[in-house]
Amino acid sequence: MRNVPRPRGRTGAERPVGTPLPLWLPAGCALALILLPVLGLFARVDPARLPALLTSPTALSALWLSLRTAALATGVSALLGGPLAVVLARSRVPGTRLLRGAVLLPLVLPPVVGGLALLYLLGRTGPVGAVLEQRFGLTLPYTTTAVVLAQTFVAMPFLVVSLEGALRAAGTEHERMAATLGAGPWLTFRRVTLPMVLPALVSGLVLTFARALGEFGATITFAGSLRGTTRTLPLAVYTEAQADVDAAVAMSLLLVAMALLVIVVARPRAVG
Amino acid sequence: MTRARARSFPLAVLLTAVLVASGCGAGARTEGTTLTVLAAASLTESFREMGERFERAHPDVEVRFNFQGSALLAERVRQGAGGDVFASADRAMMNKVVRAGAVAERPRTFATNRLSVVVPPDNPAGVRALSDLAAEDVSVVVCAPQVPCGAATERVETVSGVRLTPVSEENDVKDVLHKVEAGEADAGLVYVTDAEAAGKKVRTVDFPASERVTNEYPIATLEAAEHPDTAEAFVEFVRGDRGRRILREYGFGTP
Repeated sequence: MRNVPRPRGRTGAERPVGTPLPLWLPAGCALALILLPVLGLFARVDPARLPALLTSPTALSALWLSLRTAALATGVSALLGGPLAVVLARSRVPGTRLLRGAVLLPLVLPPVVGGLALLYLLGRTGPVGAVLEQRFGLTLPYTTTAVVLAQTFVAMPFLVVSLEGALRAAGTEHERMAATLGAGPWLTFRRVTLPMVLPALVSGLVLTFARALGEFGATITFAGSLRGTTRTLPLAVYTEAQADVDAAVAMSLLLVAMALLVIVVARPRAVG
Repeated sequence: MTRARARSFPLAVLLTAVLVASGCGAGARTEGTTLTVLAAASLTESFREMGERFERAHPDVEVRFNFQGSALLAERVRQGAGGDVFASADRAMMNKVVRAGAVAERPRTFATNRLSVVVPPDNPAGVRALSDLAAEDVSVVVCAPQVPCGAATERVETVSGVRLTPVSEENDVKDVLHKVEAGEADAGLVYVTDAEAAGKKVRTVDFPASERVTNEYPIATLEAAEHPDTAEAFVEFVRGDRGRRILREYGFGTP
């Protein structure tokens, strides 16, 4: 951006740089690809049945479960992923770069693969799962805890990445200044670092929540699908689509509505 | 980014988008006949062999399969996703397609199937009968009632009087099988043919009520078929002597 030659006028605002024409066609295609399917979803809605479908016990139980698990996954991400972001941004230990890459793994992996990985680690026959079951009588698959774990696995990187980026962009200038004024590391963290990256933290949390809400592949693979326990909204959409498409579409609208809400809340900070 | 650009982004883009949308994607057909068969997940192994044999008899034809839950396939057909032949795991899903006017002729039953209990090879919960599955500490995985194997499972519950409290309701019979194979469930209800296909990876526990709940598998050529004659030939092949022999090999009943 800085290297683009400025127009003769004093500021760019007086003579705005136009959008090159050749970009419009692919841009239009891209927009169509994003918007048309969602519009198609609305076109498929049966208005007469919609209120009943939206308030059906199946939809409500899935919605409630989704909100609960996504909120928990966001909480776990904040508690664990937040500190991880700080460590990755500030630590000078060799190998940090590698770790930074590893954190991206769930973002790139297909969620089903994540689900399988969780299953083979924490399932009844997995190395960790078997110990949990024999020592503590804990079985993770098919539980709501498994849903939260799957969602955290897939969604936490959003928080780590956005927070880590903000921390590195902010630099350590202010923190060092606080240190010279006699503040300890913990006080500096609370009074200087945290307020500095608060916007990134909030938008990261909202994105994490949104990703957790939409989680499907890892959940169905690791946690299974049972109404009220593990069948979150996306899973319910998939199951209902087998029998009653109108019900599936109605539940999809719930997800679209929540996605829009998230965009409205988070967008200015995340994108702007 | 800059305010000027944001303002110069008119709604007309959306209209342009709608106009060009049809030009954005296009498909091309290759030479030779490609037959697309949509078949229930439980037909995976038997229809693969069916396809190989059919291709040997018709060298210019390539058979391509789409194996998924019947309910999912039925919905795809109803939405006009195309395909030449549809083979469903029960009549309910085929009827859906028939009501939508998407089949070219009356569906014909070509196979029957029934359910069986499968357990991991070491049978960790010591399951010996269907009634054992009702115990609280036995984790059971079944198909969701929305799909054919789940509908059959509900009928088994009615006929046998055994009430199941599954830990998970899967969308496709293969998912149930995989959970049991992986040892992540003590027992699952799958078709006898799936149990057979899994070989030594699972153990089968037969139960009397299973005989009284059979699924009838109908097959039909689709209205949207690109190769109606080849599609009809495939249906005849499946229903003919060679097809029936293959189906029986894989554990299906034949009418």
